[in-house]
Amino acid sequence: MQPRLKIGVLYSRVRVEEKWIFAAMERRGLDYVRLDDRAIHFDLDDPAPWRAFDAVLERSISYNSGLYALRMLNAWGVPTVNTAAVAEVCGDKLTTSVMLARAGVPQPHNKVAFSPEAALEAIDEFGYPVVLKPVVGSWGRLLAKINDRDAAEAVLEHKSTLGSVQHSVFYIQEFIKKPGRDIRAIVVGKRVLTAIYRKSEHWITNTARGGEGEICPITPEIESLCLSAAAAVGGGVLAVDLVEHPEKGLVVNEINHTMEFHSAQPVSGVDIADEIVNYVVEVAKNNLTPAPSGHPLPSQGRGTGG
Amino acid sequence: MSTVTCTECEAEIALEAGTEVGEIIVCPDCGVDLEVTALDPAAVELAPMEEEDWGE
Repeated sequence: MQPRLKIGVLYSRVRVEEKWIFAAMERRGLDYVRLDDRAIHFDLDDPAPWRAFDAVLERSISYNSGLYALRMLNAWGVPTVNTAAVAEVCGDKLTTSVMLARAGVPQPHNKVAFSPEAALEAIDEFGYPVVLKPVVGSWGRLLAKINDRDAAEAVLEHKSTLGSVQHSVFYIQEFIKKPGRDIRAIVVGKRVLTAIYRKSEHWITNTARGGEGEICPITPEIESLCLSAAAAVGGGVLAVDLVEHPEKGLVVNEINHTMEFHSAQPVSGVDIADEIVNYVVEVAKNNLTPAPSGHPLPSQGRGTGG
Repeated sequence: MSTVTCTECEAEIALEAGTEVGEIIVCPDCGVDLEVTALDPAAVELAPMEEEDWGE
């Protein structure tokens, strides 16, 4: 008889997504352990308790906690979803842009500077408006739409004076006149499970900021773009956010590696939590120990999504 | 049904069936985020404030 798989779920808060994931694991009768990232600790001389897991699903809200946990687990050969390599790329917008550029995946025009003066020069080259984004951050937090030079000078000074060291990396993006919506596509392994439009009158269309969801048909273009983007960052369980650029067409705006799907699951009717659990089981079964540049993907996922 | 008392405004809040430890609830009276820390008996604490590296 095949031994029962042991799965760890690293989390910070039990959001509705975690409740759905736990429920999917229970339905399947998996031996799973809830790992609150505020309550656990790692003994670097004793990896045995962690090696007992066939796979760990990382759902931490804290990027730092999740990333370092994945690094330790992967160093010990514990398969994880996603891998540390993927988290390193997706948790940093600039690194994501670099990997997308390397793979030739279309994305907004971005510039980077390391001083307020150089950033101002880059912004002036763009023309106004532009968008300043922190390289680490989520939920639309601390995004700034810069409408003129006065605003640019003020925001750059504030970021330099008040921000953490990460705010001295100035990630500047063209402002895209999108049609009041963006697209969130859920990729698991080599499949695009579903996609939704996130609509908002505000220029930030994130549903965490009040954007509303509506089903978006998965066209061959969306599917191809999402799979290319996912492959560019190492693959796994990902949310690829697309924007309809008035000149360039669809572009990849960002990729999230511990995505929320509280809108996508009910809007699409696809059991995303169940698909994630399927994927984690595949990784555990196949003992897909991560390679330095990301773990190999299962040949195909299972389940009913799409 | 379990009830808890908001640590901020002392409102009585009924927990929905299926509530789990670690879940965040919002006080309907004062709007503060509360984290469910126990179920038997039910208890809540003020939820941690959003940190700069939080996200998805």
